[in-house]
Formats: sequence, C-alpha cells, structure tokens
Amino acid sequence: MPDKKTHLLKLQASRRQMLTGLSALSLSPFLSRVAYADAPSTAAVNTTGLAVTDDTVTVGILHSITGTMALSEIGSVEAEKLAIAQINESGGVLGRKIKFIQEDGASDWPTFAEKARKLLENDKCASVFGCWTSASRKAVLPVFEQYNGLLYYPTFYEGLEQSRNVIYTGQEATQQILAGLDWISKEKNAKTYYLLGSDYIWPRTANKIARKHIENHLKGSRVVGEEYFPLGDSQFNSVINKIKLMKPDVIYAIIVGGSNVAFYKQLKAAGLDLSKHNLMTISVTEDEILGIGGENIAGAYACMKYFQSIDTPDNKKFVAAFKKMWGEKSVIGDVTQAAYLGPWLWKLAVEKAGTFDISKVIDASPGVEFKNAPEGYVRIHKNHHLWSKTLVGRARTDGQFDVIYETPELMEPNPFPVGYQ
Amino acid sequence: MLSLQNRKDILFLSILAAILLIVLPMGLDAFRLNLIGKYLTYAFVTIGLVACWGDSGILSLGQGIFFGLGGYCMAMFLKLQASTLEATKNQSTPGIPDFMDWNQITALPWFWKPFHSLSFSLIAMMVIPAVLAVVIGAAMFKRRVGGTYFAIITQAIASVLTILIVGQQGYIGGVNGITDLRTLDGWDIRTDHAKYILYYAGVVLLLACLLLLRFVRKSKLGRILRAMRDQEDRVRFSGYNVANFKIFIFALAAAMAGIGGALFTLEVGFMSPTFVGIVPSIEMVIYCAVGGRNSLVGAVYGTLLVNWARTSFSESFPEIWTFAMGGLFIAIVLFLPGGLASLYQNYIDPYVCRILKGNGRQTSHTVDKAI
Repeated sequence: MPDKKTHLLKLQASRRQMLTGLSALSLSPFLSRVAYADAPSTAAVNTTGLAVTDDTVTVGILHSITGTMALSEIGSVEAEKLAIAQINESGGVLGRKIKFIQEDGASDWPTFAEKARKLLENDKCASVFGCWTSASRKAVLPVFEQYNGLLYYPTFYEGLEQSRNVIYTGQEATQQILAGLDWISKEKNAKTYYLLGSDYIWPRTANKIARKHIENHLKGSRVVGEEYFPLGDSQFNSVINKIKLMKPDVIYAIIVGGSNVAFYKQLKAAGLDLSKHNLMTISVTEDEILGIGGENIAGAYACMKYFQSIDTPDNKKFVAAFKKMWGEKSVIGDVTQAAYLGPWLWKLAVEKAGTFDISKVIDASPGVEFKNAPEGYVRIHKNHHLWSKTLVGRARTDGQFDVIYETPELMEPNPFPVGYQ
Repeated sequence: MLSLQNRKDILFLSILAAILLIVLPMGLDAFRLNLIGKYLTYAFVTIGLVACWGDSGILSLGQGIFFGLGGYCMAMFLKLQASTLEATKNQSTPGIPDFMDWNQITALPWFWKPFHSLSFSLIAMMVIPAVLAVVIGAAMFKRRVGGTYFAIITQAIASVLTILIVGQQGYIGGVNGITDLRTLDGWDIRTDHAKYILYYAGVVLLLACLLLLRFVRKSKLGRILRAMRDQEDRVRFSGYNVANFKIFIFALAAAMAGIGGALFTLEVGFMSPTFVGIVPSIEMVIYCAVGGRNSLVGAVYGTLLVNWARTSFSESFPEIWTFAMGGLFIAIVLFLPGGLASLYQNYIDPYVCRILKGNGRQTSHTVDKAI
C-alpha cells in the first residue's frame, strides 16, 4: 500500500507544520498593531450582533478533518488558514484581525448541519469557509439561509444551485467541461467519447452536460458509452475491456476518491497507454495524484481552472507561502486554491460594503475583483459564482501538470445552463 | 401499598422526566436544547436495544435500518410538502422533489404517492420498520439463527440498504439524502418555537415508550424473554414458541427506532443514508452499552452522555476529538463493564433502598428487571 503511506506521510508532515504555522499566527497581532489604529467604530460596522469587537472579527472554518473526506478537505483548511494569516499580516479587515473558530464536519452530513448552526447561532461568525462534498453543502444550505449566514464553498461542483447565502469559489460544471471538450475535439480531432463516472449527483450531472455538448455542439461527434460505478468501487476490468473493444477517441472520466487509484492502475495494467490514448478527466487534481501515483496517470488531460504549475509571479508567491506554512511536500490542487480565494474575496467584499453586516456584504459581492489571485484575475458574477478561465493540463510522472491550453477569455458561470438539462 | 420495585421505578422515571422536561429546558439555550432533542431520538433505538439485547439476548447490529426507514418515511412526506409547484417552478418538471429533477426523472414514482398523506406517513414510519423486522425475524429465528450469526446478518442488511439508497439517487436522493425540509402540514419546523415543541413532543413520546417497555418487562412476556436469554432450550422444551417471542420484541424495538428516526428528521431537517449504515448501527449499540444494557433509563443517560461528549470534545479539540471518544469507551469497558447503570447499582442503590424502606442487599439484583 505505497499510496496510503504517502498520504500518511503528508498528514504527519502537515500536522507538524501546523504547529509552526500557528506560532506564526500568534505573532501577527504585534506586527500589525499599527494598522488597527484608525479602524471604524464597531457600532458602525456591525449592526446585526455578529462576533465583531474593536480589534477582532470572528469567522468559521467548517471542513472534515476526520473521516474519509479528511484527506481532501485538509488542503482547503490549510489554504484558508494561510489566507487568514496573510490578511492579518497585511492589516486585517476594516482594521480588525480575523480570528477563526474551526469545527470538524467529520465527513458526516448531519454533523455539518449541526456545526453550521453552532457557528452561526452560537458563535455569530461573520462568514464561514467550508464544505467540500455536495452532500455537505446541501445539508448546511437551509441553515445558512435560515440564519442569514455567508458560506464560501470551494469545490468544483454540478451547478443547479444559486443561493443568496453562498459564494461558490470553485467552477460550476459548464465552466469546467465545455472548453475542455472543444479543445480536445479540435486539437485531437476526437469524434467518439466514452463517459465514465462515480455514481452520484456531480458526475451524473457533469456527464449529462458533456453528452449534450458532444451531441449538439461538436460536429459529427457522438457518445459511444456511459457508465457509473458506486463510490469506492475498485473493479473496472469489465469497462476497460469494453473500452478496448470500442476504441473511443476519448475516455471522459469523472471518477472520484479512492476509486481513482484502482481505475488508473487497472487501465495501465490493461495496456492502455495514456500517452497514446486520450483520457480527459475533471476529477483528478494534484491531490488525487498523490494517491494514484504519477506513473499511472502520466499523459492524461485534466480540465480545471488551476494547476500548481501555473507560471505567474502571483502563483509562485502563493505556492512558496503555502509550502512555507504547511511543508515542502504539500501539493496544491484546484480546490485548495479555490479555498484560498474565500477569505480574500470576503475581505474585499467587506471593504467594498464598509461593514460586516452579512446582507450588505452579500449585496456588495457581485462585481468584487481579486486581481492577484493565484489562478489569475477573478471576479464575482451576480449569480454568486466566479468568472474564471479553464485550463487543460497534462499529467506528468512527478504528479504535476503541464498547462497546455488556456481559454483566452474568462468563462461566464452558468449554474442553470439552458439546453444542457 | 406499592412494592419497593414499583416505588423505585416511579422514582427513576420521575427523575428522568424532571431532568428532560424541566431542568434541561431551563438551563440550555434553544440551540443546545435542540441538540439534546436530537440525541434523544437515538434513545428510542437504545431503549429498544435494552429490550432486545439486554433482556432477550438478541444483539442486532442493524438498528440503523429501522431508524433510517422511519426517518425516510417522514422525510418523504416533508419533501413532498416542500416541493410545491410554486417552490419548484424553475425545474424542468415542477412539482416533484428537486433531486428527482436533477436526475432526469419526470414523474413522481408510484411509491412516493401515498406519502402525500400525513396519516399514512405516520403509520408507515412505525409499520414499515416493524414489518421488515418481522420478515427478518421470521427468516432468522424460525431457523434458529441467533447470536453472532444474527448480528452479522443484520449488519449485512444495513449495508445492503445503504447501497440501495445510495444507488437509487433519482428515487430516494442518493448520498445527499433528502434535504431542505421545511413544513409539517403547513407548520414551519425550522423556527426556534417549533424546535421547543418538537423537543417536548420527543420527550413525551420517549417517556411513553419507556412505560410501554416497562410494562412488557414486568409482564409474563418479559419473564419468558429473560428465560430465553438465559436458557433458550429449556423455554422451548416447556412448550413456548421461542421464535415468535423473539420476533415480537425485535419488531417492537424496530417500531420504536422508526419513531426515533421520524423525530430525528423533524429535529434536524433532513435525512441521509449515513444513518442507515453499519457505523451508526454499531454506535447505537455503544450508547446502550455505555448506559448499561439492562437498564432502560440507563440507556437514555448513556445516549445523552456519549453524544454530549462527542459534541463538546469535537468543539474543544477539533483535531483530536476522536481519540477522546475512544478513551471514553475504553474507560467505560475497563472500569464499568455494566455501564453507567452498574455505577448506580453498586454505590447508590443501597441508599435508595434504605430510603424507600426495604432491604438493599436482597432486592438490588432485581433492579435490572424493571427500569
């Protein structure tokens, strides 16, 4: 079980790093004392009884740090803590230092709902950064709407949702899918597609969008197969045999979690060489490759809005800061970067609104721009999703991606795509 | 003049009722009280486990099945109420639950239709778990399958049901479960006021279930169940149909678990397959063991203690709270093999007996037989 070992090592490393990180955090109030001097009065910026004092504002972090989702979600927690530490070092928000209360969703959806209520009703958090799976978001959504909270949700997801109380910092499905399909259809002259997915809402909705796009918008292309596997499934031999028989131009795979390890190993064992065979995925980031092993997936194309290898000064600075806080070995996937955006977008929206009052922050959010994000220029759309580019990366054996294509324009988020449902 | 045992039962029930109905509501805010209300819904399962496991020797590791079924019956009713034409007008098929629309289902499946009716749903939340328990019981007990084999089979059924629910996401919501439940027959269940009412309703129902189980334990039926636990063959040779007694108590526990599940859905506002599977089922056995598997009120206290500990540990130490929970369980097993109830038995019971005017030594061993 070499993959498990790598994960454990990573975890241990990050635990150790966490201590150094926290000690850095406790230094920050002394560093930035000066900046708080001319802060607006608390009565003016907090009219709804949030946890705001003269020099602090409290926010919540709500991810799974125990249970099966912990491996995926810890990256998001680390990114959010990094962003909060950086914001505090640069003077805080409206002259106040951010304090965070962290709760553990424990990979259990009802626990997420319970903890969300605690953060909003008991702790009066001015905003919450959290959730990863769609199921946990669906569980907390009614809580955020009832108590008028504000959630920054980092994961790329299926769309079909737009809540006043949520800012979606990951891509919705059309942003992630359409440009990638256009690219592979044009560049690789692909005509036949085989769609695969884990059996739950995100892969099913994403494949529905992919199928409609292939059938209606890509000339002469068609879907030759579509199959789903239970979460955690590890038997892919029969579908791999079918793929070998049908020889589709593109394997389109949306397999999640631990199943990925079995899938890519079995593909390789069956002699499907990804350097010759086109495989496109929207579910494998640098984090997943830690488990899969770079040698098993090298050559595959992934469609995301962020790769750790993006060659810009802003991203290099971000990667360096992340590694300094959480360890040299840590990797940064798409969702981790999207989680990093959360606290920054909140800070920018609060400063635009001039108050912590959640309704006013929400009203101020559309149009907020974060110019130096690691992924590049980012802007909040009025539907609460982000304008973002779509990149195609090609997996390397060392677990990183080479960015080989990038949409020239920002893609408009479209959570309820007409003609794709 | 009531017997000592009866006086003790009345005392224990009154203390529990006073704590749940007066002390906790006065001492806690709405949020914490709602959490206690949630914990108490598990107590419906654990008192059923006392009757099955402690009294009758039937260890079921699949009580989550019945809890989940009850919860899903209630959730289906509430979801239909929340899916009005008005609320779902943006869907491609308005009027059906949102997750069906996401999964390209265009008409309400037949098995959802009866759940438009509140009375059907209320009956279904008890009857469906009970009927399933009768079927499982008939298949197992009539063939004289018991002990570990029975425990393993109930676990397998829990696993099968989870896979079924997760796989049929278009029909029953899949991994996400059935979420965003709002009103019960026009009554908003999300307000603080509603949470108070639900809490009291839950406590009253729990006390009613406790009384019912006490009645069963004190009856001749209860004595037969205990005899079966200790010497099944002798009971059989005496002419009793052992299987039928087992089926009865298993179905009764299942129906109570169903009530608990339905209340859970009302308190929390959604239902998901995480409550059907193996892990929650085993957790409920742990609550029962912590409280003491021979004591009905002990099981209620055990449920409250474990869940309170889980919540407060995870709030104080989000990084390492699972270790604290493990430590708690190890401590209970090492120092209190009979659960919290044995703590009572050994240290407090003699005084209670003296106060209630009896001989502590002679009667203490009968405590487990009633409450």
